[in-house]
Amino acid sequence: MTPALAVDGLTVGYAGAPVLDDLRLEVAPGEVVALLGANGAGKTTLLRAASGLTPPRAGRVLLDGADLTALSVEDRARRGLAQVPEGRSVVTELTVDENLHLGALWCHPGRAARRAAVARTYDLFEPLARRRTSLGHQLSGGERQMLALGRALLARPRVLLLDEPSLGLAPRVVAQLMGVLRTTARETGLTVLLAEQNVTSALSIADRGVVLSLGAVVADAPAAELAGDPTLRHAYLGF
Amino acid sequence: MDRLVFLLATGLARGLVVALFALSLVIVWRAARLVNFAQAATATAAVFAAFAVTGATGSFWAGLAAALLAGAALSAAVERGLMRRVPQATPLPGMIVAIGLVMVLQSALGIAFGPRHRPMVAPFDERPLVVGGVPLLSPYDLFVLVVALAVVGLLAWLFNGTSLGLQLRASAAAPEVSRLLGVRVPRMVTLGWALSGAVAALAALLLVPTELGLNAHSADLLFVHAFTVAVLGGLDSPTGALVGGVAVGVLVSLVTGYLGAGVAPLAVLALLTLVLLVRPGGIFATTEVRTA
Amino acid sequence: MTTTRPAGPALRPAGRLTRTQRILVRAALLTLLAIAATFLLDPYRNYQLAVVAATFCATSGLTLLVGLTGQLSLGHAVLMAAGGYGYALAVNAAAGAGLDGDGVAALVRVVVGLVGALVASGAVGGLLGLAGARLRGPYLAGLTLAMVVALPALATQVPALGGDQGLAVPFEAVPEALSRLVVVEQWHAWLAIVVAALAVTPLAVLRSGRAGLRMRAVHGDETAARLAGVSPARVKVGAFVASSLSAGLGGAVLCLVTQSVGPGRYDLAFSLLLVVAAVVGGLGSLGGAAAGAALVVLLPWLVDTVTGAVGVPADLEQRLSGNLAVLVFGALLIVVTLAWPGGLARATARRRAPVPGPDPSSRPPTRARTDAPAPTER
Repeated sequence: MTPALAVDGLTVGYAGAPVLDDLRLEVAPGEVVALLGANGAGKTTLLRAASGLTPPRAGRVLLDGADLTALSVEDRARRGLAQVPEGRSVVTELTVDENLHLGALWCHPGRAARRAAVARTYDLFEPLARRRTSLGHQLSGGERQMLALGRALLARPRVLLLDEPSLGLAPRVVAQLMGVLRTTARETGLTVLLAEQNVTSALSIADRGVVLSLGAVVADAPAAELAGDPTLRHAYLGF
Repeated sequence: MDRLVFLLATGLARGLVVALFALSLVIVWRAARLVNFAQAATATAAVFAAFAVTGATGSFWAGLAAALLAGAALSAAVERGLMRRVPQATPLPGMIVAIGLVMVLQSALGIAFGPRHRPMVAPFDERPLVVGGVPLLSPYDLFVLVVALAVVGLLAWLFNGTSLGLQLRASAAAPEVSRLLGVRVPRMVTLGWALSGAVAALAALLLVPTELGLNAHSADLLFVHAFTVAVLGGLDSPTGALVGGVAVGVLVSLVTGYLGAGVAPLAVLALLTLVLLVRPGGIFATTEVRTA
Repeated sequence: MTTTRPAGPALRPAGRLTRTQRILVRAALLTLLAIAATFLLDPYRNYQLAVVAATFCATSGLTLLVGLTGQLSLGHAVLMAAGGYGYALAVNAAAGAGLDGDGVAALVRVVVGLVGALVASGAVGGLLGLAGARLRGPYLAGLTLAMVVALPALATQVPALGGDQGLAVPFEAVPEALSRLVVVEQWHAWLAIVVAALAVTPLAVLRSGRAGLRMRAVHGDETAARLAGVSPARVKVGAFVASSLSAGLGGAVLCLVTQSVGPGRYDLAFSLLLVVAAVVGGLGSLGGAAAGAALVVLLPWLVDTVTGAVGVPADLEQRLSGNLAVLVFGALLIVVTLAWPGGLARATARRRAPVPGPDPSSRPPTRARTDAPAPTER
């Protein structure tokens, strides 16, 4: 079966000091993969290179077998590769409603369709519905992450790249967010590549875990197996 | 008293022109985080285009269309050809390139058309209408007023009521996130410049018939006034540009009327200094943006 | 104001001189060299040399301000004008108070005038610096721009400034003792060179020392500078005042040489030319500022001479006059900023600066440099 997302020989950084070194990774359709590893292992760089924000020195990025490498960031997004970058991914100068409409622009043509799609997102993330006219910078960390996730899902992506969604959030909020992610993935067959420091939560919803170290894949195993392997945990995951 | 009313009314009309020009500076600032010092020069070049078209066709309206098109095209070309290549790490290179552009454009216009002021005829009467014995606005002033308010309304609708405006605002505020959502940010930046160029050209075109006439430096003072307005209102705030524009227009009109035209630049400078020293964030600015 | 004369025994082996002393020695040598060069020039060339020296005062101050602290001033012409008016008012007051003779009286009069120039430009520069310390780049540039535009109005509104015509100052004749040796243009060139040395050498000292390091730190990252105990506001105001004093001395020289000061000379075009000189020379480089000053003084003259010689129609010649040079300068400004950000100073990469100038081992910073190497302390 053609993988939903494949990176092939991806190399980023300077020769001699690569951030990613000839990296290969495949994510099957509907699969949720946790991307793990210490700070500086290359998780964020991998996601940025996949979405086109960081140009690679070599390698290819494929979405459903189609080569995206030559495409711009915005064209990759329109093909169905969505990324929620780490931290400040909400446009703070726009309201919640405007942020969501921005996410809905490409796959919901027409004002009415967009409004309906945004309304469905409010159903999915109820706390946002109460804040639709609030500006991005007035939101709490959890609300922002919800907004970013809801906005990304509005574009009905084929593959969703998530960078540290749990960063700085209370455990309860993290659990809620992971729950929504798991449900959405199951219901819609969304493919997810989830970079996380929070190994336990990530593995709790993932099918498979991939561990990066110094820009290379050092472990690739089913989530349950990874969570139960003390050697790997000690060596790369620090718990 | 009659004189005060007249000066206030004239100040309002002039002020709206200044506000339009300030609005064009705000649009570029929001699109590219750059104060476009070349705005007056490109606007003047566009007015020369309008002058040529009006001369050839005899129609003010054809000239108006030409000014809008030329202003938009020239600004888009400036963005694509120059500003896109400028290092963005500090604001300095962008300002210096803009200043270089001012010198090139103004001297080129000076070489092409000479130093003398070319008279531009207003499409409406410039003598003030007398209402109840009080000389008030001229028909041309009224025209300026209507056009300026219409353009302000149009811009407000474009930015706040359309999906294009949403994309323009998003790309200005968060370019990377916008690209990840599929917004063609480079195109939006160019579009912002074009829009700004058209608005600036319109402001300059509306101004010229009330001044000495058209030459390479016709819009210089307009830029200084508009910049003062942008400082008053904050470069981020369209509302500030509008209110500040009217305030500066009325100030200049009153000072010119009561103290003489020579004092007006000093009054503007004094206002600018005062605002910068007392309230460096601008009167309408919500955030402290001016000190690095 | 630091003295320009080498402090202490100047004839110690070069290796044992402090950095400041090295700058002072170099400044003294270059000043002597420039004065010697005036013997090779005809009177008109000496007049141009004096104008270049005056302009150099302003461009060196500007290049320091923009290159080291990142503050763009479009109003250095106004600071020159402040110096010119300060000089004229002080000189005329001195002449009125009995110092209207030749010889010693003339010398005292000129010194009084220079002090007047320093006071006036320092005051204006201090106010601008206070504003600049609170403002980010584009706002300061706009404020200074508004100042240039308001200058003619100020000159006509304040009676003491003499309106459009400006103020006239006494003609400074060649002193009796030198009258057999030099003509007046050469004498004026000497004065201009000496004043330029007085104006620029302190900037060179400032630039190479701790003050220069602080300016770079503030430019690079204000927060980091603040954390390192540097007050950005104080550094910015200090840089602006230093820059203004130098520009003011330039204005004084120009006033002395042309025997008048008025708003006409210090218009926006001239102010922008100063920016051109600083940028094309290489921001932060004093040697580049000298080359830039020569460029903006000589190129317009050269263009006029060429168009005059080629024999273009009178109408076209009138349009080209002034405009063509500005066109070239504008294009230079764009090209240098985009393609050649170090300016002349970086492009030629000379070891020795041609005038009292920067420490040759340090290159002009064109961008924020937080990693600027610490100067070796003695």
